[in-house]
Amino acid sequence: MLKIRQLQKKKQDEDASLQSNAKDDKIAVSNNSTSAARVSAAQLRLQKDLTELDLPKSIKVNFTNPSNIFNFVLSIVPQEGFYKMGLFKFTVEINENFPIDPPKIRCMQKIYHPNIDLDGNICLNILREDWSPVLNLNSVIIGLNFLFLEPNPNDPLNKEAANVLAKNKNVFASNVKVAMRGGSVDGERYDRVI
Amino acid sequence: MFSIQNNQHDSSYLSLVSNVGPFNEFIDEYDPNEAFNTLSNARVLVIGAGGLGCEILKDLALTGFKKIDIIDADTIEVSNLNRQFLFRSGDVGRPKAEVAAEFVKRKSMGKNLSIVSHYCRIQDKPQSFYKQFDVVICGLDSVEARRWINATLVSLVDSNLNGLIPMIDGGTEGFRGQSRVILPTVTSCYECTLDMITPKTTYPVCTIANTPRLPEHCVEWASVLEWPRRFPGKKFDPDLSEHLDWMYETAHRRAIHFKIDGVTKELTLGVVKNIIPAIASTNAIIAASCCNEAFKYVTSSNPILNNYMMYSGDYSIFTYTYSHARKPNCPVCGNHPKTIKVPGSWDLRDFIEHIKEKHDISIGTPSLATATKQLYFRSPPSLEEFTRKNLGRKLSELLDDNEEVIVSDPKLPISLRLLVKLE
Repeated sequence: MLKIRQLQKKKQDEDASLQSNAKDDKIAVSNNSTSAARVSAAQLRLQKDLTELDLPKSIKVNFTNPSNIFNFVLSIVPQEGFYKMGLFKFTVEINENFPIDPPKIRCMQKIYHPNIDLDGNICLNILREDWSPVLNLNSVIIGLNFLFLEPNPNDPLNKEAANVLAKNKNVFASNVKVAMRGGSVDGERYDRVI
Repeated sequence: MFSIQNNQHDSSYLSLVSNVGPFNEFIDEYDPNEAFNTLSNARVLVIGAGGLGCEILKDLALTGFKKIDIIDADTIEVSNLNRQFLFRSGDVGRPKAEVAAEFVKRKSMGKNLSIVSHYCRIQDKPQSFYKQFDVVICGLDSVEARRWINATLVSLVDSNLNGLIPMIDGGTEGFRGQSRVILPTVTSCYECTLDMITPKTTYPVCTIANTPRLPEHCVEWASVLEWPRRFPGKKFDPDLSEHLDWMYETAHRRAIHFKIDGVTKELTLGVVKNIIPAIASTNAIIAASCCNEAFKYVTSSNPILNNYMMYSGDYSIFTYTYSHARKPNCPVCGNHPKTIKVPGSWDLRDFIEHIKEKHDISIGTPSLATATKQLYFRSPPSLEEFTRKNLGRKLSELLDDNEEVIVSDPKLPISLRLLVKLE
């Protein structure tokens, strides 16, 4: 274990040369004091992501239990497009393996959308196959918002909705209007979101 | 002169300590007797008693380590027996750490070997437990556990590098593997290299929902979409046979409907548990490399790995060793907690002003939290509102003495970690 002793010696020499021109500072480097609970790497990262959220007023993040930042509800009110002025809510679950694992997001309402199925599953690449730890919470939320501005008929989860969107935008637009008011489309009743 | 009695048990490795290696960094300081003594007295912790752990434990015992602890929270399953060679069918259901320790001790009679087993999660042990070891070897299959032990070992190092315990990490995936030596706060740590991890194979939800082509798509459809639809709120447990049977039958029906071949019970289990086939020989090679590093480090007989060796045995035998650089803004080893002394009578607002001044956070207010509590969050608005009342509260009410506080601000490249001593 001579390696460590050698490293320690090198470090001391470095510190000594640093100290000669160090300024008077009350903050000293820790001497290995231990507190009971340690902040997990996931919490460190999540706190940073939350602090850096930069969202338009139409997107809100609400904590049902504010002492637990790992679970929250996201609400989006699209400002334009087919879904203009609807209020869409999502549960967001982050686990201790964040940011290796992506946030788990589900739509809480039954809505008519080509990329969201009737159970609230969402087809958004950065939530699954294209997730990477270099993405952050903000990028995922912005991506979700984008799904309402530009629903994508090529990646359908609700196939009927996707077909209508691909064939006739006007019919799709009126279907969305009916569904958002809590009406039925193709025999399926949707939740009121407006 | 090297004077250790060359007894039969130790003969295999004595020549390794009695001769100084040609690349030894400390030729003048090297003393074979001291090397032998350190080897006999060094305390090694083995984390994981699975495929790699079994090999590691055996290798350590055979290379002269005498004081070994092994920790694992798992019990033995039938499917482990093909490669986890310290276990027999009669051991199924028993704790892996216990059985592995018993087996190696039994086989090494007269070697003065102490192996202590711990049947629990690594997170259940306090920091003081980890402090007693000279080196930690990991044979783990989980990213989460590696991140935890890595952060723990980093937190034990002080500014003079006291408390530094090397983490030797082995990992295998089929015919490939890696071993690396992490000197916490000196070389790159596990968290520094997190971005390099190959992501789990996942498939787009729309593909599994509408256009399945592979048997895996059918299994994913059953587990990701059908299970929560049929059993809302119920957690799928792949170790329960009725759960697995349902998953297999559901996936199988889907496969027939889409004319896809290859959905079997084994495939179903493999997909839902994300199993990558383990190869015994890969485990043996990686474990040997890890123990070799532990041996070189403890005896100082030869230089240790600097610091990442990858091994590939799928198309030919190939290794590549390189020095992985530290990540300057690594959230774990890139910012060591600093101790700050402040009056407990200060309120949180005073404290924040003080930090802003010290650390040049001039715009707005940073977010602060401890491991268990949100002190103040600048955003999002709902958290800001909830934590605002804390700004006027005294530090002595909000914090324990010496508690760690994390300070995040968009202006800081990484969060600040402060150990707050109250005066």
